[in-house]
Amino acid sequence: MLQRLRENKAWQGTLLALPTTLWLFFLLVIPLFLTLVVSFGSRSPDGGVIYGFSFHNYLRLMGYSTNCPGGQASCFDPLYAQILWRSLTLAFWTTVIVILLAYPLAYFIARSHPRRRNTFLMLVLVPLWTNFVIRVYAWMMLLREQGVINGVLGWVAARLGLSFEPLQMLYTPGAVLVGMVYEFLPFMILPIFTSLEKIELPLYEAAADLGANPFRTFLRVTLPLSMPGVVAGTILVFIPVMGTFIVSDLLGGKQVILVGNLIQNQFLSARDPTFGSAASLILMIMTLIVTYFYTRKFGFGEEIIAA
Amino acid sequence: MNPYRRHPFIRVATVLVYIFLYAPIVVLVLYSFNASRTNVLFEGFISSFGPLKTSGSLVTQSPCGPFHWFCELSQNREVGVAARNTLTIAFISTFVSTVIGTMAALALQRYDFRMKPFSQISLYIPIVIPEIVMGIGILTLFSQLFGLLNNAFGLTGDARLSLGLGTVIVSHIAFSVPFVTLVVQARLQGFDKSFEEAAMDLGANELTTFWRVTFPMILPGVLSGALLAFTLSLDDFVITFFTTGPGATTLPIYVYGLLRRIITPQVNALSTIWIAIVLTAVILLQRLQNREA
Repeated sequence: MLQRLRENKAWQGTLLALPTTLWLFFLLVIPLFLTLVVSFGSRSPDGGVIYGFSFHNYLRLMGYSTNCPGGQASCFDPLYAQILWRSLTLAFWTTVIVILLAYPLAYFIARSHPRRRNTFLMLVLVPLWTNFVIRVYAWMMLLREQGVINGVLGWVAARLGLSFEPLQMLYTPGAVLVGMVYEFLPFMILPIFTSLEKIELPLYEAAADLGANPFRTFLRVTLPLSMPGVVAGTILVFIPVMGTFIVSDLLGGKQVILVGNLIQNQFLSARDPTFGSAASLILMIMTLIVTYFYTRKFGFGEEIIAA
Repeated sequence: MNPYRRHPFIRVATVLVYIFLYAPIVVLVLYSFNASRTNVLFEGFISSFGPLKTSGSLVTQSPCGPFHWFCELSQNREVGVAARNTLTIAFISTFVSTVIGTMAALALQRYDFRMKPFSQISLYIPIVIPEIVMGIGILTLFSQLFGLLNNAFGLTGDARLSLGLGTVIVSHIAFSVPFVTLVVQARLQGFDKSFEEAAMDLGANELTTFWRVTFPMILPGVLSGALLAFTLSLDDFVITFFTTGPGATTLPIYVYGLLRRIITPQVNALSTIWIAIVLTAVILLQRLQNREA
């Protein structure tokens, strides 16, 4: 047996990969399958699952409701569709803003002297490694009605002799957007930097020799070659933003309910895991569709690992 | 043409983005020295040492002086337990995922076998699927499985299987392994197979070749994979949130619980310690990299 193992390369490979493959199979593949099964069931009175095969939960997510104000058998209730749409648009705008903020910074680092490059990169890592929850807390302190931003604005207003009413910033959609941008900015900076750093200097010289001005060089050389970084960053930002519930929970309060909050709620307080499972599968399908079309157009770069 | 030339617009934008990244952190640290107990406004430092004295919501004197909230924090037993849990989970999950992840990377890069395509594809699951989807999936798995087992073996009371440190560790390994494997794979791609062939020609067997040739060459990849796994585990909130049980609270879960109820400067003190550790780690890392270069 041992002799055979020593000679058979296929066996060796299988054995080496087995622990990881089994682990991922039991903790990622099977749970996804279970979620699918549960999503077709319905809720039992004690919050358990009655297995079955009904699309009821999915219909509910699309707006089908049996709990109508007029007493009809069914009607259209856009609540959950709105939540899905809100999550999608928030993730879209977060990604756009993060690209706009990350690109200049990544460009600056990639074009800085190699000796200083590491220091600038490390400066991006410190906020990234500071715990996710702590970073949300920082924004709670800044945005509160008596928080730092209102404090500074009030001080300036007093100096100028103006009257000042503290702004309501916490528990608004804007607060959630700012929080999301802050949380995920480093995930865009690192992959864009990686792809920019790979561009070789002679390419710029060639562009300049051929008469391109810096702006044209950027459009025709730098931007296309850095696209793999932008794609990788988008995947690393868009997908988690779609599923995060802490930022909206702490900075949005009850004003900004996202699909993540909906799912969390179904599993904890509302106790309807079947509806929560359906919502989570819809969330997964939405992110997979977006990722698929996005990567098919621009490719799936190795920059993801670099981050 | 100077390759390091950057447009003034880029410079200004860079400064602004760095300010955006660091302003919240500076505020967080500053407020951990706040004399105000309610922590709404910054009311100055606690400047005098001595027995605790307060006036209204202000702390005017403390045995620890300006470090009052850090001393309070060190007395907080819940934080101590949460910190110990966080580290236990991070160390065990990092160790296991580094070992099995490196093995998988070797298999995927150096061997051909039937389930290879499946193994490779499953690595991308945690990257393309939102964490919350994984979290509730794993929660469903554990609750169904434990329900079945508890019934089948008639387990009751303390013997019942339930969510806790074990389930958190197992789940953390699941989302860390793919990152370790991908990082080590990238390292393996970059290096020449002929070194290993030379060692074998010189009479080394496969194990010797691995420990004397392959392993030292992939070590940087293994170490950065382990570091990644460690930080992912320390930082994780969502998966932990759904797989943890009584007595297995981690620091992020503890802080989240506090923030929903009350905000005290103790949370800032905790954040400051966390930031200080990260800063030290990052500086050490840079020293290490500079020495290598």
